[in-house]
Amino acid sequence: MSSTASADPSRRPVVRLEGVTKSFANGTLALDRLTLEVRPGEFLSLLGPSGCGKSTALRIIAGLGQPTAGRVDWPATPHDAGGAPERSIGFVFQEPTLMPWATVFNNVWLPLRLKGRSKASVRDAVMEALERVGLTAFADAYPRELSGGMKMRVSLARALVTRPKLLLMDEPFAALDEITRFKLNNDILQLQAELGWTVVFVTHSVFESVYLSSRIVVMAARPGRVFEEIEVPVPRPRDEAFRTSPDYVALCRQASDALTRAMQAAGREVA
Amino acid sequence: MALPETVAPASDRAARAPAEPGPWRDRLLRVLVPLAILVLVVLVWDWYVRAYAIRPFILPGPFLVAETLVKDWGTLSGALFVTIRITFTALFLALVGGTLLAILLVQSKIVELALFPYAVVLQVTPIVAIAPLILIYVPDTQAAVLLCAFIVTFFPILSNTTQGLKSVDHNLLNLFELYGASRWQTLLLLKIPAAQPYFFAGLKIGGGLALIAAVVAEFAAGSAGAGSGLAFRILESQYRLNIPRLFAGLILLSATGVVIFWMTSLASHLALRRWHESALTRET
Repeated sequence: MSSTASADPSRRPVVRLEGVTKSFANGTLALDRLTLEVRPGEFLSLLGPSGCGKSTALRIIAGLGQPTAGRVDWPATPHDAGGAPERSIGFVFQEPTLMPWATVFNNVWLPLRLKGRSKASVRDAVMEALERVGLTAFADAYPRELSGGMKMRVSLARALVTRPKLLLMDEPFAALDEITRFKLNNDILQLQAELGWTVVFVTHSVFESVYLSSRIVVMAARPGRVFEEIEVPVPRPRDEAFRTSPDYVALCRQASDALTRAMQAAGREVA
Repeated sequence: MALPETVAPASDRAARAPAEPGPWRDRLLRVLVPLAILVLVVLVWDWYVRAYAIRPFILPGPFLVAETLVKDWGTLSGALFVTIRITFTALFLALVGGTLLAILLVQSKIVELALFPYAVVLQVTPIVAIAPLILIYVPDTQAAVLLCAFIVTFFPILSNTTQGLKSVDHNLLNLFELYGASRWQTLLLLKIPAAQPYFFAGLKIGGGLALIAAVVAEFAAGSAGAGSGLAFRILESQYRLNIPRLFAGLILLSATGVVIFWMTSLASHLALRRWHESALTRET
């Protein structure tokens, strides 16, 4: 991974993890000297078996939990007077993570509300976010009245209402059925094209990662580390035709092989 | 700009419809079945008293009890009012105190460590055992009874609300942290709403306990409480072998308990019906 891009701010990496190590109180080494650069505009997938620390890496990028060692830099982000980066992040959890007592509208309003914005002043922004995920008709519904896929869309709307530059997604579609998942995959690609997001996407699905990503980082477990990198140089927009193309199949095989080797590597060290 | 094919499938629309009130037959049964049981019990009771010629100071018949209820309404209603006032004042104070203390406890680990054990001690010591002391220390009998009722009511509301404030979805807490929520915002927008189901469970228990504690405290106060509540009237009726009036007082107490239960259940339903699983009726 080169770091030649530095003169032009727009080409600087969005975030750079250098030698990030995370160990938990129970002695588990979740991440061991992880070095990773997220380039502007890319769709980066962290692919790996459970326990490889991919979610931990994502949470460290989000600022939820500090690394035990190593550093996280935000080269392209202005810093405030205290030296803290003014990050612009959206986060989508594995579950929709909606407030069940609040309507869809109020759930999407939340990030702005926490910044002190009144309901009236952000009505248009919230409704636009809902329109992007196709849920304007459900603004007054409660989460329990929605299907799993719709809840995930609300979660997406909430993440995009602040217009983040970087979207972090932690296996967001793992609990959904395949049809819904395919549809949301397409929606994510379209939203990324429209809004120019940089995305870091955590998944354990080879097929999902190849379909969505411009770059896949395969991780190995025990301890969590980068095992291999795969570029996916397939131009966008991608659609259902890509899903059945020989290119797709070949890339899936390549990613799948890498994942198998990553798991064998982890297994050897345990044994 | 909207994404294509984002119209909800029919099944989602169906899921949106608010819970339909059950069919008429269902609602009617809800009223008729308990009513039929009541009528049956009253009839058997009446038959038993007549058939075996039970004397009224052993077991008065239901119609004599009803008659006494009407005849002694002046005395009984005054007593009922006193008991109700104590019960609801205790419940209100316990609500405010329990909720505020619960909020305080979850704000600071030190405060929790310092106070919670003593709240437990206060709860597990039987109120009947503390009541004599309270009656000595608190000069006004009504205030003493109120204090007893408060102590008993306070704990379930405190412990349930504390539990609720701590039972917040961790991902939501992370989300609030991620968006830079202040402590105050997290409490107001996340913890308090999330604690609601627990709070209302505590309220339901506390409501019933408030009445029980008011009665127990009055028993403990005994004849000291001149011009006091229903429990005192019940004791008095026992001394005088005025068993019909004892039954009438008992019926009023039960009715009060039922009304309190109904009110707390209604409050819980109104607060939770839009979102909480407990208020959800599912068709299978």
